[in-house]
Amino acid sequence: MSDLVATVIIFIGLLFDLFGCIGLVRLPDIYNRVQASTKCVTLGTCMILIGVLIHAGIGALGIKALVCAVFILFTSPVAAHAVARGAHFFGVRLWEGSVMDKFLEERESQKKDK
Amino acid sequence: MTFLVLALGILLLCTFLCLYRIGAGPTAPDRTVAIDILGTLVVGFCGIYGLYRGKDFYMNIAIAWALLSFIGTMALAKYLEGRSFDE
Amino acid sequence: MKKRLPAFVITFIIWLLLTWPGKEDWQEQVFAGLICSAIVAALLGHIYPQRAEKLLQPKRYLWALVYIPYFIYWCVRANLDVAYRVLHPEMPIRPGIVRVTTNLQTDMAKTFLANSITLTPGTLTVDIIGQDFFVHWIYIPTEDVEEHTRLIVGRFERMLKEIFE
Repeated sequence: MSDLVATVIIFIGLLFDLFGCIGLVRLPDIYNRVQASTKCVTLGTCMILIGVLIHAGIGALGIKALVCAVFILFTSPVAAHAVARGAHFFGVRLWEGSVMDKFLEERESQKKDK
Repeated sequence: MTFLVLALGILLLCTFLCLYRIGAGPTAPDRTVAIDILGTLVVGFCGIYGLYRGKDFYMNIAIAWALLSFIGTMALAKYLEGRSFDE
Repeated sequence: MKKRLPAFVITFIIWLLLTWPGKEDWQEQVFAGLICSAIVAALLGHIYPQRAEKLLQPKRYLWALVYIPYFIYWCVRANLDVAYRVLHPEMPIRPGIVRVTTNLQTDMAKTFLANSITLTPGTLTVDIIGQDFFVHWIYIPTEDVEEHTRLIVGRFERMLKEIFE
């Protein structure tokens, strides 16, 4: 029974991974790509590792998978945040269909103050 | 067995999509994001393969890979921002 | 010394989880763990945690237990939302960077708020300046700034205040 549950969870995780990667290819600019890929691949990989925990039970493999899942859950958003901020400072502008960019306004007003 | 082949097939497809983004760009941050995602996919791959083989050292590889991938992405992000690494 | 002790305990617990001592050699593993945790706590104890007495208040753990399922619910919703936008042939996106403000004071709480924002539907924290978060939003529904703050920050702010402040 727990094997079946674990397999289903792993496959849902794999599907989310696939959606994230399709988003990485299809979406128009860097910020949207970071969004889609980070969210989907983080939850997808965490679900794969939770599935491994359920399948393997409490033991060396399962506990390490749990620690790895928690680690990814904490670090992946931080990496996404750093890359998005780096891209903005690097000079990548938003997609032309975007509505507003408050961060650019803020940075320009700070430059004027200096 | 079919389970493993199917799972690794989906992960391989994801990997090729990431490789397409690494190759096509068009800007440096795009490539950085794709490399980060590739690292996370490798962690998932290690988990599934460790489950299939029943050995726990694959999870050690996964933890080390997650750590190194995170540090690498942070270093690339700092570089994109135009600051030195020790800031 | 008072600061080093929580760092030592946390590092040692992480060591035990990572090595997960087997049946034969558990004495060596635990002994090596004690030495490594002592070295880490002596060298890096000053960077975490800032106010250790918070770790011993049970009310915070209860709020964390409430927060985790709530967060997982929003996280799964975020993924379904992204899957919908990615697989839709016309890609219904209307992106932009908005500015929201928060009342949270400590760094830890702000970090967790930023991470929660990144993993919930359609939003990604780009930068934090003081109390202002700059959030990239994949589909901006209105132009109203108050509404932005309510929609993005309001979901998590109260619970994180109980947990971390």
